[in-house]
Amino acid sequence: MTSVTLYALSGMVVVAVCVYGLVSYPHLIRKILAINVMGSGIFLVFLSFSRRVPGENPDPVPHAMVLTGIVVAVCATAFALALARRVHEVTRSSYLPEEQDPPEEAG
Amino acid sequence: MASPTNTRLRRVLIRVPAALLAASLALLLGWSVVTLPEPATGLTGLVDAEMENSGVDHPVTAVLLNFRGYDTFLEVGVLLLALVAVWSLYLAPADRDPETAQTPVLGLLVRMLVPGILVVTVYLLWAGTSRSGGAFQAGAALAAAGELLLLAGFVRGRFRRERLVRFALAGGFGIFLALGAGFMLLGNDLLEYPPEFAYGLILFIEGALTVSIGFTLAALFFGSPLEAPEVEK
Amino acid sequence: MTGSAIVVPIMLPLLAATLTFFFRRGAITMSLLTAAGTIAAVVVLSLEVMDQGPLSYTIGGWDAPLGIELYADGLAAVMLLMSAFVGTAITVYAAGYFSGKPAVARHFWPLWMFAWSSLNVIFLSADIFNLYVGLELMGISAVALLTLEGERDALTAGMRYLLVSLLGSLAYLLGVALLYGTFGVLAVQEIGEQMFPSPATWTALALVTAGMALKTALFPLHFWLPPAHSSAPSPVSALLSALVVKGSFYLLLRLWFDVFPEAVTPAAGQLLGILGAAAIVWGSILALVQRRLKLLVAYSTVAQIGYLFILFALLTPEAWSGGVYHALSHAFAKAAMFMAAGTLMHALGNDDLDTLDGSSERFPLSVYAFGLAGITLMGLPFSGGFTAKWLLLSAALETGQWWYVTVVLFGGLLAAGYLLRALAHLLTPTPTVKVQHEPARGTEATALILACVALLLGLVSAPILELLQVGAPLGSMIP
Repeated sequence: MTSVTLYALSGMVVVAVCVYGLVSYPHLIRKILAINVMGSGIFLVFLSFSRRVPGENPDPVPHAMVLTGIVVAVCATAFALALARRVHEVTRSSYLPEEQDPPEEAG
Repeated sequence: MASPTNTRLRRVLIRVPAALLAASLALLLGWSVVTLPEPATGLTGLVDAEMENSGVDHPVTAVLLNFRGYDTFLEVGVLLLALVAVWSLYLAPADRDPETAQTPVLGLLVRMLVPGILVVTVYLLWAGTSRSGGAFQAGAALAAAGELLLLAGFVRGRFRRERLVRFALAGGFGIFLALGAGFMLLGNDLLEYPPEFAYGLILFIEGALTVSIGFTLAALFFGSPLEAPEVEK
Repeated sequence: MTGSAIVVPIMLPLLAATLTFFFRRGAITMSLLTAAGTIAAVVVLSLEVMDQGPLSYTIGGWDAPLGIELYADGLAAVMLLMSAFVGTAITVYAAGYFSGKPAVARHFWPLWMFAWSSLNVIFLSADIFNLYVGLELMGISAVALLTLEGERDALTAGMRYLLVSLLGSLAYLLGVALLYGTFGVLAVQEIGEQMFPSPATWTALALVTAGMALKTALFPLHFWLPPAHSSAPSPVSALLSALVVKGSFYLLLRLWFDVFPEAVTPAAGQLLGILGAAAIVWGSILALVQRRLKLLVAYSTVAQIGYLFILFALLTPEAWSGGVYHALSHAFAKAAMFMAAGTLMHALGNDDLDTLDGSSERFPLSVYAFGLAGITLMGLPFSGGFTAKWLLLSAALETGQWWYVTVVLFGGLLAAGYLLRALAHLLTPTPTVKVQHEPARGTEATALILACVALLLGLVSAPILELLQVGAPLGSMIP
């Protein structure tokens, strides 16, 4: 296995772990983080692919896609965090209604 | 309401299937990576062949601004969209009072750092034409300066010169749009510039983008709109 | 203008988004001018496509696969027409709806212009990564529009929708990564030509399909849709149900037939068809038991989305055209229905079916619009929905898959059930109807016009179906 494949595999593992995190943890900030890190895992896959191409220089197109993707991810994360803050201001809870965490329900 | 056993059971019922899902996803994704066809192909050859027509010296910059400039254009649109989206939530302003926010060290540090960051911003912008750098890196540095000023209470999030700030925020996208579509009147494609002006125009657009990206990222960090809802009503 | 009309539906709303963000006044005028310009450009483009066949447009002077191209065939043209006309109606309706709410309207206009352009970006893009940027543009603007009024239910529904939407986009992006790793290009056409079955392309197909099914709310991934579509401000409910779910459906359709045809197996198509059938039954049954009008209409969207997916199982030119035609007529009918429901809800204070008893006496136009739109959703003869279902039914009979005939007919009956139940409330004579707000000018008429267009689509379907055949992936259904 080459190091390039290893990077791609690591990226894929990051994605899978984030899917677990997104589904399993009810706190909104954790969910937003899971989405954000999942994006980073995908960017890692893209960057590893830029090195799979034979030749001296890496393929610049995946680099450009990752740069675009990062900006889009920043925007999505910013809005998601602001929305989570607004949800908290209005509902006094950092969970979606169907996923209220037990300690909060008790309190 | 929910008994501890109940909670634990509910957690297990979510997490066990989630773990199985994630594990099978990892296997599927791993399998597809290791069986990718060799040798890999990419767009390196095409990019190299067209580099001399792009007007810049760095392949990633050429892809971002020339070959896939449309993606970059839309991505700047996403940035402005995110700002409007965050503002539409009318979060309470997180203004810092200089009296409480600033310790002597913080105040001094910010005063010293901000001019340095501005120099780095200009360097990153200029570097983009020939090596790693460009409007986004420069804009991110500029945003860092803005965030420091906000955190230390040097700048408040609500400005009296609202129009000017709005221009700084939307100007980059507006100029990109106006120039990208404007030259269509001369018979060019969308986002195609006359070759003799291409270098200057791209640098001008990049400069405008840097300012807008810096302001927008700082405004996203701040979160609250320029005016409170009741001001408008 | 010739040849350049293709960029107008993208650039004009983006220009309006920037201007309405910058200037405090004139947002409605600018948006109406944008609507007029977009309609003109889309009509010109459709005539060009009809005349010359599918059109390509290079951006920045760089041909694909190095650069990004726009591509318009009959399918793209029909979707653009849908977005231009329904979008114009949403603009007019929103101008009335948001009058007297300046703090909300301030952000509505730029967000709506971004959402509108994002739809057209998706309909015209011929590049799989560019489509990702379009998807995110659509997802963020849709959620921001939904949470605009800041109500509790809308905020939580919007939060859930945003997470779902981002997950769907990222699944798509990972699919794009695998496709680039396999083929080294991003242009739809080039990948389609080189496509071969392999673990990576199957995984990419699965990721892209799952991501888009999530964003289109295909059963059983529809959980987020009813709270989101029902709690949004009414013009936004219309936008989400009529257009936004069609954006992700369009993407799926494009990819299945233009990118993945060599990797798709009939079993995969059957899976989507069966989920579609389940959506029709499940969505309709839940619509039958709702107590609130907007929730009823939202569950009806879950059911109606099911019809769109049957074409993946039938795979004939008729089925493909029928599915797309259903997307088109549903857009007009559902926008009309949400607008009418929104007018009644605003006028009478809430959308509880009991509160709405007797609305027809005070608001006959809105109730009439609701009823006419219902005719299309039930698929009664001479409506747009009838044409679509007719094509789907004949495809199901032709391919011998009679169980889809049963589902389509049964779905029509269930739709009649839940819509007549709502209409019965609206038409119940009631001595006292307490009107809290008079409907804003133009809102009732807009809904009625849309409902009439949805009906007309059944009477004048020939030119639209003919346009749809230009570059159709399974071949023309017109001999």
